[in-house]
Amino acid sequence: MHCEGRTMSTHCPCQQQPTRRGFVGLFLGTGILATLASFLYPVIRYFVPPPVADLGGDEVVAAKTGDLKQNSGKVFRFGSRPGLLILEADGTYRAMSATCTHLGCTVQYKPDTRQVWCPCHNGIYDLNGRNVSGPPPRPLDVFDVHVRGEEVVVSRKKEA
Amino acid sequence: MIAALYRWLDARLHLDGLLEPFKHKTVPQHKLSYWYFFGGITLFLFMIQVATGILLLLYYHPGANEAFESVQYIMTSVQFGWLIRSIHSWSANLMIFTAFAHMFSVLFLKAYRAPRELTWVTGVLLLFLVMGFGFSGYLLPWNTLAFFATTVGTQMAGQVPIIGHPLMIFLRGGPEVTGATLTRFFGFHVAVLPAIVTVLIGVHLFFVQRQGMSVPPKVEEAWEKDPSLRKEMKFFPNFALREMMAWYVGMALLGALAALFPWDLGVKVDPFASAPAGIKPEWYFLFMYQTLKLIPSKVWIIDGEVLGIVGCGVAALAWILLPFIEYFRPSRTRVWITGLSIFALVYMIGMTAYGYLAQ
Amino acid sequence: MAILHSKRRMSIAACMAVLAVYFVLGAGMGQTLAQAPNTCLDCHALLPEPYGVTADKFSHDIHEQKGLTCASCHGGDPTSMDPTVAMSPAKGWKGKIDRKQVPQLCASCHSNPVYMKQYDPGLRTDQLDQYHTSVHGKKLATGDTKVAVCTDCHSVHDLRAPSDPLSTVNPVNVAKTCSRCHADAEYMKPYGIPTNQFANYNTSVHHDALAVRGDLSAPTCTTCHGNHGATPPGVDRVENVCANCHVFQAQMYEKSTHSKVFAEKGLPGCVVCHSNHAIHMPSDAMLGTGPSGVCMSCHKPGDVCDVARANILSNLTRLDQSIKQADQELKLAEASGMEVSAARMNQAAASDALTQARVTIHSYNPALVDQNIEAGMKVANADLKAGQDAMVERNHRRLGLLVSLIAICISLVGLWLYIKKLEHR
Repeated sequence: MHCEGRTMSTHCPCQQQPTRRGFVGLFLGTGILATLASFLYPVIRYFVPPPVADLGGDEVVAAKTGDLKQNSGKVFRFGSRPGLLILEADGTYRAMSATCTHLGCTVQYKPDTRQVWCPCHNGIYDLNGRNVSGPPPRPLDVFDVHVRGEEVVVSRKKEA
Repeated sequence: MIAALYRWLDARLHLDGLLEPFKHKTVPQHKLSYWYFFGGITLFLFMIQVATGILLLLYYHPGANEAFESVQYIMTSVQFGWLIRSIHSWSANLMIFTAFAHMFSVLFLKAYRAPRELTWVTGVLLLFLVMGFGFSGYLLPWNTLAFFATTVGTQMAGQVPIIGHPLMIFLRGGPEVTGATLTRFFGFHVAVLPAIVTVLIGVHLFFVQRQGMSVPPKVEEAWEKDPSLRKEMKFFPNFALREMMAWYVGMALLGALAALFPWDLGVKVDPFASAPAGIKPEWYFLFMYQTLKLIPSKVWIIDGEVLGIVGCGVAALAWILLPFIEYFRPSRTRVWITGLSIFALVYMIGMTAYGYLAQ
Repeated sequence: MAILHSKRRMSIAACMAVLAVYFVLGAGMGQTLAQAPNTCLDCHALLPEPYGVTADKFSHDIHEQKGLTCASCHGGDPTSMDPTVAMSPAKGWKGKIDRKQVPQLCASCHSNPVYMKQYDPGLRTDQLDQYHTSVHGKKLATGDTKVAVCTDCHSVHDLRAPSDPLSTVNPVNVAKTCSRCHADAEYMKPYGIPTNQFANYNTSVHHDALAVRGDLSAPTCTTCHGNHGATPPGVDRVENVCANCHVFQAQMYEKSTHSKVFAEKGLPGCVVCHSNHAIHMPSDAMLGTGPSGVCMSCHKPGDVCDVARANILSNLTRLDQSIKQADQELKLAEASGMEVSAARMNQAAASDALTQARVTIHSYNPALVDQNIEAGMKVANADLKAGQDAMVERNHRRLGLLVSLIAICISLVGLWLYIKKLEHR
């Protein structure tokens, strides 16, 4: 009789030595299962999409409709820079870069004067992003805004 | 349970007949047997690349204005994205290293000789394709280092006589490196190269299985003198288990590298910025790059760069056809090839080191 | 003339000849029928300086473009080809205008609102009144003809509108125009005022903004000194001028201790620390005790103000360092693959606070500056913590790695034992 891998015992052929086999089996089994788990766990988690979807570098969901009151503004994140989303009194959305072109402070919307204002050195822009007063040397970059269902999507201006 | 499954499949597919040769496959056991691992490790790393590459495909956006951000997204937002991406980058480098090691071990152990010439040819082609994988994949994160390295690399390709310019246009998808180049390289990297390499690997492995493992000439001599010294190890399960261990060590190494030295993201490409000072290609191209840098700009009447590129081309061709050179006057060419192998190894290592240390 | 058989034919021929000459001359001079005839240029275009004015030069003049001729200012008859008629005093010819008469001459149109309305209803018509209040105007009235009159600044015969970039009075060119006299030490010797203003201005941030970056809202000489009513602002009114643009700093300064003290001592407000013409980009070093330091030129070391100064400076430095430290930590975390983009964006708020603190300095009140500083510190500290937390998370990854390495080690041991078992026969 030929027994693969088993130690022959004198009175009982093909009887394995339980302790030795169990020992090896334990190591091998645990090891393989553990490594399999430690590989599958990250891969399965990887498949689950993160909560913030990646729409690409050119557009972002700035807010939900209903987030903003009429004649108010909100700073949102566009890539790695702040943007300003404004809902005018007549319901139009406007969006522009919120980084002041003077020294980089974050601008805000002033509902009383209906202008965009920089609190650092009193720079003022109109709703088209044009610098109208104070130190800012250049207008703010203006973005496109579209409402998609419940989402207000801001995207960089497409080149003509 | 596995046995039951095997019996079920065997009844339908006559697996016994197929698997019979593998049961008899053996691996020669001698002092230099450890070198036999390198082929398998390269294959293992390739499979890791395919797996991690497919996972990266789920989130990567190939396009000049999205690529960098998508890799950043993978690194920072996707769960374990950092791990998958870093493993992919590290494994790429390790694979190129093991491929070279495999090639050199075959070279020094004379495994390229008859009847294994075609195995060698497919192997060298695979090596070139693997370097092509490295070159095309390197551009995909669309950072400044990759952009300029690709510019320099494709410009060198443009120096090939006659076909150089069309070749460069073909590689770049235009006269300059642009988003079109990125899209094209993406196509090469995930479709064209994998298809060709998979077929070539299949052919390469088929040859290896048909012919069995070679034995280094000196060992073969000793065994012929004294047959009792001959030792063979069964591939299944003995060598295979050892191979498993090597693969596990590889996995451990990859995990450690990915976690301790995560792969850099770099800075997004600004095509109008000038190349950063001291731009260098990745280490596996460094020996070629450094060689080209050292060739004077004009040698006799020939342009230095063209001479260098043509030289590389001739060397590559010689490498592919190496086994066939030994057909002519074996007693002399064999000695020459041994000398050439040593020179090549020392040269590559030396030039790579030089390239690293030079500013 | 035998071919012309009769007197009638002769007179017809003569008329034809004159007509032909007239048309040729008209065509040759390139005068359109719409343009008022200006025979002065026929000769004066060919004369050397100072009598010469080429047609090309005059074509750039806005007066010419609006249909005026040489006679509009110089008098005479521009339609006559005969010099004695064209330049006859009977036809009102004035010849070269005397410098002292120039303002009056220009004002004869430019101060007439009814007349100017037909050309540009929006143009001001008080330039002469303004000029009379200026140093130039006052000195001219006493008979000093070295001072500037209209034509010195606006040029003459090729006078362009101020909006034209080539005009001598376009904002980007004003400083150069003023410097023609005011930077000439020889010319200005009788007046005893400095002549380094132009050189100083060229080193300033205002010059940089205007002439280099092309920001037309940046100040030039006339912005602070006035153009037609050019007078240096009174020492006690300097800050009013600066306050037109630098609103917040002026408001702070107004409420501060310096405002009253400087006024009492007759010191020119902003200029004391920032200079008048050589206004450079301010830095925190101005609060220090080094070469750029301004406080210690009045204050004594160790007095209350020195302490306040040191306090403000150290706070600014503290916030600046905190922002940099947080930036570094976040960069390190990001390089290790951690997601810290929200914190990195937040850093802008800390930088904003620092910018605002640097405006609040003008209150000279450490407590007020503190408010900005503390707001900034809060943000910077929060971001630093975010960076540190990210590094902790990174270390967790290393722990995960360790776990998988242990699993792999167990597998390796298991495989080894299995191999040994298989081969131990």
